[in-house]
Amino acid sequence: MTEKTAEAILESVEFNEDGYMVDPNAWTPQIAEAIARQEGIAELTEDHWKIIEFCRQRASESGAAPTLRQITSGTGISTKELFSLFPKGPAKKVAKIAGLGKPEGCV
Amino acid sequence: MKTLLILGAGTAGTMVANKMAQHLDPVEWKIIVVDQEETHYYQPGFLFIPFGIYRPNDVVKPKRDFLPRNVEFVLSPIDLIEPDENRVRLAKDNRVIDYDYLVIATGTQIHPEETAGLKDNGWHENVFDFYTLEGATALSRFLKFWKGGHMVLNVVEMPIKCPVAPLEFLFLADWFFHQRGMRDEVDITFATPLPGAFTKPRAAAMLGDMLNRKHINLQADFNAMEVDHEKGVLRSYDEREVPFDLLVTIPTNMGAEVIGRSGMGDELNFVPTHKHTLQSEKWENVWVIGDATNLPTSKAGSVAHFMLDVLVENMLRHMEGLEPLPKFDGHANCFIESGFEKGILIDFNYDVEPLPGKYPLPGLGPFSLLKESAANHWGKMTFRWIYWNVLLKGGDMPFESQMSMAGKWN
Repeated sequence: MTEKTAEAILESVEFNEDGYMVDPNAWTPQIAEAIARQEGIAELTEDHWKIIEFCRQRASESGAAPTLRQITSGTGISTKELFSLFPKGPAKKVAKIAGLGKPEGCV
Repeated sequence: MKTLLILGAGTAGTMVANKMAQHLDPVEWKIIVVDQEETHYYQPGFLFIPFGIYRPNDVVKPKRDFLPRNVEFVLSPIDLIEPDENRVRLAKDNRVIDYDYLVIATGTQIHPEETAGLKDNGWHENVFDFYTLEGATALSRFLKFWKGGHMVLNVVEMPIKCPVAPLEFLFLADWFFHQRGMRDEVDITFATPLPGAFTKPRAAAMLGDMLNRKHINLQADFNAMEVDHEKGVLRSYDEREVPFDLLVTIPTNMGAEVIGRSGMGDELNFVPTHKHTLQSEKWENVWVIGDATNLPTSKAGSVAHFMLDVLVENMLRHMEGLEPLPKFDGHANCFIESGFEKGILIDFNYDVEPLPGKYPLPGLGPFSLLKESAANHWGKMTFRWIYWNVLLKGGDMPFESQMSMAGKWN
């Protein structure tokens, strides 16, 4: 996917002020790829998708994007690996790419 | 004879025992409370121990003193909860208790072993927690003779009990080192997994500003991976290194292990609970209160107190065959000690973030919300007396369980 098509895809998507998609139902895998590019992830691998799918599944059950701890214990992927797949803040980054709201881990 | 079994005699469990003893007919009901520890800790007081403001004696009393006479108090670890069978197995004498209603108030504990290197070396030598009496006391001994250097305060992961306590610790440390004429010798850093000083935007901005004014460095979005004692650094998953001479840690918080063993908890052993009724999501005669729940509100005594009336009313309704009412709104109310005999008060719920204003009387106070004042500090210091004498015994407090917008402004 080129930079231009990523931009074109995201043009019609609505984001909130923190950069999370407003409507998780409007999400498509193409949107995920486009957001990932913006977040500095050139290509989504099978491991990326495994985590994205887990997060979408989890959010559809609980209504909230999972926390880092929920992702690691739910997928069996270590925190270290998660940071290498989604550098910096993985929980927030996956939530963005998966079209979900901000993870609710913190009160 | 029916049985109400309460697991845990901390703040929440003790309050429930007192309230339910007022409501249930002793001819019809037996109330049993189980806890593995004899001592009740006034946990908000742990914060003051490292700085010599409180001594260990100020924060401990026997649990039995706060439970009603007609309640049976069993001192024992819990082996297993079997909610499908309505029974609990205790370690002591292999006793099995069958219950009609169960209240889970088993709280949350710290787990330093979850972070590599945290408990290996230096634990309670130059690495301390202050969420246990042992940790807080060991830290007070360390601080008494410390000559200064890099002090790092780290929150390993959220959620934690009393999310404002790390900030209070920082503010008090700043004050403490000033008092001793050594503030210039200490470099203070706050390393937190949160994107800023606190979670709620207005409070985060206000508290972040206070950190700046007090020259406390902030390392935000910091997910602690390991403590490297050889190099003397705390390292994050994104490879940031923060050097320390003194590391004060708030380790991973988890619910009681028996919750996990019994298959009743989430990945951190917190019990999935209905957000507004406090009934267990899975078993209708199981009710959950305080830090043991998985609810997205603060884990704090004030929250347990605001849960209390909702939980008691709903259990009593359920006993009469009525539907529970969705009355719990996530209300939390925290005094934040800010040093130099001042404090801040914040009041919020699931939906409304902390706002400025006056509390509890609109326009009058005496407490100021989201603002430093001396009255807030004295409120916090008086609270210990109220805790032991009114709150634990289920007495009336001049606050509503549900949050109010009166006296607040946007």
